[in-house]
Order: sequence, then C-alpha cells, then structure tokens
Amino acid sequence: MSTITIREALNQAIREELTRDEKVFIMGEEVAAYDGAYKVTKGLLHDFGPKRVIDTPITELGFAGVGVGAAMVGLRPIVEFMTFNFSILATDQIINSAAKMLYMSGGQFKIPIVFRGPGGSAFQVSSQHSQALESWYAYFPGIKVVMPSTPADAKGLLKSAIRDDDPVIFIEQERMYGNKGEVPDDPDFTIPLGVADIKRPGTDVTIVARSLMVPVALKAAEQLEQQGVSCEVIDPRTIRPLDIDTIVESVKKTNRVVLAEESHPICGVNAEISTQIMERAFDYLDAPIKRVSGADVPMPYAKNLENLAVPDVAKIVAAVREVAYLD
Amino acid sequence: MATKVIMPKLSPTMEEGQISRWLKKEGDKVAMGEPLAEIDTDKATMEMQALANGVLRKIIVNEGQSAPLGDLIAVIGTADEDISSLLAAPAPAAEKEAAPKPAEREPAPPPAPTAQPAPQAEAAAASAASAGNGQGGQPAPAPAAAAASGRIIVSPLAARMAAESGLDLRLVQGSGPGGRIIKKDIEAAISQPKAAPASQRYPRPVEPGQTAPVAGASAYRDEPATQIRQTIAKRLVTSLGPVPHFFLTSEIEMDRAAEMRRGINALDPDLKISINDIIIKVTAAALIQHPEVNASFQEKFLRYYEHADVGVAVAIEDGLITPVVRAADQKSLSQIAAEVRELAERARSKKLKPEEYTGATFSISNLGMFGIDEFTAVINPPEGAILAIGAMTPKPVVRDNEIVVRQIMRVTMSCDHRVIDGATGAKFLQTFKKILENPLYLVV
Repeated sequence: MSTITIREALNQAIREELTRDEKVFIMGEEVAAYDGAYKVTKGLLHDFGPKRVIDTPITELGFAGVGVGAAMVGLRPIVEFMTFNFSILATDQIINSAAKMLYMSGGQFKIPIVFRGPGGSAFQVSSQHSQALESWYAYFPGIKVVMPSTPADAKGLLKSAIRDDDPVIFIEQERMYGNKGEVPDDPDFTIPLGVADIKRPGTDVTIVARSLMVPVALKAAEQLEQQGVSCEVIDPRTIRPLDIDTIVESVKKTNRVVLAEESHPICGVNAEISTQIMERAFDYLDAPIKRVSGADVPMPYAKNLENLAVPDVAKIVAAVREVAYLD
Repeated sequence: MATKVIMPKLSPTMEEGQISRWLKKEGDKVAMGEPLAEIDTDKATMEMQALANGVLRKIIVNEGQSAPLGDLIAVIGTADEDISSLLAAPAPAAEKEAAPKPAEREPAPPPAPTAQPAPQAEAAAASAASAGNGQGGQPAPAPAAAAASGRIIVSPLAARMAAESGLDLRLVQGSGPGGRIIKKDIEAAISQPKAAPASQRYPRPVEPGQTAPVAGASAYRDEPATQIRQTIAKRLVTSLGPVPHFFLTSEIEMDRAAEMRRGINALDPDLKISINDIIIKVTAAALIQHPEVNASFQEKFLRYYEHADVGVAVAIEDGLITPVVRAADQKSLSQIAAEVRELAERARSKKLKPEEYTGATFSISNLGMFGIDEFTAVINPPEGAILAIGAMTPKPVVRDNEIVVRQIMRVTMSCDHRVIDGATGAKFLQTFKKILENPLYLVV
C-alpha cells in the first residue's frame, strides 16, 4: 500500500496498462509534451514515446472519432478530454459511433475505448466549465459510466475500464485530483465495473453519493453519528451498469434514503436511482426518498453563489434528519 | 401558512367591490387559480381566483357587502391552522392606499413569536390525546391522519408492518409530517397493545364462570365511521332537523292484495311478486293521482314530478341505501318485481351506480319483515314524503257489526310540511288505502 493522490493513482493506472498491453495508447489536448493539463499524464511521453502518447489539436469531435476508428481496428485508445465540458463537442462520436457500433455491426466491431477527464464543479470556472454530465452519458445503452471517489477506486476502476471491451466514460472530479488515499501496489489490482462500495456501514439512513459527494457524505455521516444517527454511505462507483442490488439491500435495512449528487436534479442519475429504489423496495420505505442535488441553475461564477449551488455537509445533514423524522 | 384574501383591483377605475357571490363556502378546499368569488366592480361582475392552496377558512365580507380595495375579505389556510392573528389585525392602511395589482394578495405575516410552531403543537396535541387514552371512560383519540382528510397517511414500510401484524391503521396515531404513520408508530403500537385500548378492536369475551370486573364507567370501543355511515348521518340531519316532518298513519286491510298476489304467482311462479312490489305499484298509482305529493321543496320554488320514481330502502351490511324504481307508474307489477330484485341484489353487493340510488321522487321503507307493526321514517331530502310500512298481521276487526279476522297493515307517511299539507297528505293516503284494499283499481 502506498498513500498517493488520485492524480498519481490515475497516472499509475495508465502507465501500468500502457506497459501491460501495447495496443493501449492515450491521446488528447496537452497530454504529451505538457504532461497533461492536470498532470495526469505526467512523464508518459518521456517513457512511452510519441506513438503511444499523442497530442491532438483542439478538435474534440475529430480526435474522439479517430479514437473510435482505432478501437474498431483493434487498438485500445484512451481519449482524454481536458474537461468533460469539452466532450459536449464530441458527443456525436461518443453516442452515435462508440455506443452504437457493437449493436449496429451485429457484434462485429467492439469499441474498447476509454473517454476520460475531469468533470463536475471546479473552483470559480463558471457555468460552461463546471458541469456534471454523467446523466447524459448514462442515458445511452452501449456505454459504461464510471466515477471514482478515492485514489484506490480511481486506479482499480481505470485499469478495468481500459481492459473493458465496451466504451467507457470515466469522469474524474476536478476538485479531487489532490485527494490522498491508500492504493495497493499490485500492478494487477483492479476493481470490477458495476460494483458499488459501502464507504461507511450504518443502520439508520442510507446515503447514496458518488464522486465529489462521497467525502462530503462521509463528513456528514460523522456529524450525524454524534447526533445519534447511523448513516450507511454507498458509492455506486459505476453509474451504468448500476449496482442497484447493494443500494436496495441497504435501504431494506435502513428504510430511509438520501441521494446526494453534484449534478442538477432534473433527469439526474439520482432521479433514476430513486425510481429503482421505489420499484424494488417500496414496502421498505419509511419516508419519502430525499435528494440533495446541485442547484438547478447554471453554475454561478461568484464564490459565495458557487458555494450555495454545490451540495455541502449541512445540506446532507439536514436531509438525513428530515428522512429520519428528527426535525 | 394562512393567506389573506383581499379585495382585488379588477378594473382600472375600481375603488371598491361588492361580493356578488362566494363560489366556495367556509371549509371548502380551494386550489390556486380556482374561482373563489364573483365580484361586482363599478363596471362588471368579475370572477376572482384563489391565489393560494388550502381551505377557505373564513369569509369576512359576505355576499352583498362591499369592501374597498385591499381590504381583507377572506382567509385561506390549512384546515386546522390558527388564523386568529390574521382576523384580529385589521388590514394596514398602507394596503388600502396602495392600489394593489389585479387579484393581488398579501402573504400572511410571520406567526407571532408566542405562537407554537405547528409540529410542536401537533405533538403536544398528540401527547395530550394519548394521555387521556388510558383513563376509563375517556374517548380514544381521534386518529389524526384519518381525521384530517378521511384518508390514512402512512409510510409504505409502516403499512406493510401493520398488515403483517394485523394492526388496524385507523387506530394508530401518526407522528410523522401531516400525521403520517411511520415505522416508529407501528413499533410502539405493537409493543403496547394492552396499554392502548383503542387498538383492541373487539371486547374480549369473558370466560365462562368469570365475572367481568366492573370499575367506573363502562368500557367501550370506537369504530371509525365508514363513508356510507358518514353519508347517512350527513343526509339525515339535513332531514329531521331542517325539514318539518309530520306523520299520518293509516290501517289497511290487505286481504285482497294478498289474494291478488297469490293469484298472480299461481299463474306463473317465476313472477315472484311480493307484497312490497304491489305496494310500490299502488304508491306510484296514488302519486300520479296526487301530483301535489309527488313533489319537493326547493327553497325558491316547488318542484312537481311527472313520474313516480319510487325509492325503496334496502338494508345493506353497514347501512341502508334506496335504489330507485324509475317511472314505477308506467311499469307492470312483473317489471317492478324483477327490477326491485335486481337492484336490491346489487345494492347488497354495493354495485349500484349513483344514478340508481339518487333522485327518487318518493320513498318507501318496509320493516314488516322484522315484525315491526308501525314506525316513522325520516324523509330523504329533497323528496317530499316517505311511507313507512309495517308488518301485515291477522287482526280482529269489526265489519258489518261483526268481529272478523283480517290481514291488517299499518303505514305511516312522513310529510315535508313545506310542500305537503296535512289534508294533501291525508288525501293521498286515502287513495293509497283505497287502491291497496281494492287492487282491481290498478286495472281500472
């Protein structure tokens, strides 16, 4: 075990997979000569050379398409978006090509590609650069969507994503690159996609949180413990396929649910999780499911407003107390 | 939170408005955007819409009265909210002077600091109610959730737990928001079944040889009133209270009617004509001859019906219902018999459509099969009268100065004096008696 940052864990994962499989390569804006806009690809050009670590022009749709084509002919590309806000330009390749190819070719072309990069809110980068787009991609059959919240998850899940034969959207959180945690040193350490992780066991209320909301939910759970409320914090880690079984099992035990997310509430991932809980565990609910979501507004630039728009510990604590009938 | 309804500005030159008509009564539910009242302005009669959801708690300016713009004319709030502070405080002068925008309303001021926040008040009420629960002779607390809306609010989990443990949710006090019954309440109810007599549905039978201990006032159980029982209660107090009843009783010799019934049924046993069917037919015939009895009082006018739509009271499991034989005056005895049988059957299985048990012009209630000799029935408004039929029994009577035995049946007619006078009712009853004693009149 080493204690490293999420940034370093991602770098290790890419490095190990580049080493393990020569079909793997990475491309994107500034990934090579500049060592990556967020330094995730630090040192990779030096170690693997310009055929495996490729700088692209600022042409998201173009290089996403190159990636899909490379995957069709047997390579395993990692496409880095400088942030997922820019992936919006590449959605035609992601949704119409990558997600559909296996189905529309009758199984002849698998697309083993990873689209990765930071998403969600950063600090004062305003409306166009602070978006949580996971619900967009999770909407489409044919794509897997992964969102790690710890260095170990980041490493284990990215390695699985690179080895997976389906297109994977891998959304890191811009504010979390520096978060530290213990990561196994085993170069074959992986975490399977589609398996949720119970980040904290508890008995009274289930909090489902992903990405940036996981550490926030864990802090809230600590505070609530002192108030006599035991929270179970579940991180689905993979949005599609969703490990609903783990969530439902927890709900059957606690009877109360708070769903935390950074994204907007309307048609968000938690709207889907909420429905699935209702479908599978209706008779176990003792309170309406409560969502804590990002504000339903474009992200404000002003620091004070930005703080209000992103869910925080206080909001999660209040939601838990509400479903536990404490207030 | 309670909302003030103020006189809105409905025309550019309007300075005051007169309430032409309230479209909701106090206690009615109102939804935002629903028409609340019609207001006469200086130009026209305009509809005012409600600008809040809730219950019309208080009408302050009555129909026909006027109020200047901005004056408080009503209060909308939740059903049990304390609105006294709103009613006590007169509308601030500023509100009157500043011409409000069309249909504007002021949000209610924050509650006075002394007022208890609602959840605490609810909890206090709940604990006060449950404190009285254990005392002999005290009524059980009304289930809060059920009482507020007639509907039980319960979490899915609590509902399942109650079903699994055979607990009657109507008897559980909910502690969640809006009286929602939650897991905790079910656990409490299950763990203390003996401490809460209200949760015990039926009195425990006393073992033979044991004497039930008697202490203080009698124990009792409270059963929630079913919808039909509540409807019956509501309907009947609008009858005997406001409707001035008077009663006319007559003794009827039934030998010929009984003979006719036997004769008809001998012709075809499938007809299964009952005495009651004959009574319906005779009632209809008499009503057509006395249209002034086939009538109802409608506040500003009297309504006379062309046909005799006869309601027939039928006892059902948890109350009674009166299916209607439409235009009984135009139907044959066999038609009436078949129809009554079919309606009564569906009444007992509660499959009648509303139009099949409402809108009779006259009703009959027969308790003869229970051995009742004579009784009075309560009019089913807006009908003008109802006929209560007693049992048919052999009795000694004097005929031609000799004592003979005759089948005698006593009927009592309850009349709404607002539409039927004593003599009018008596004449109807005379005709009814004449036809029933000589049913050949039916074919004359």
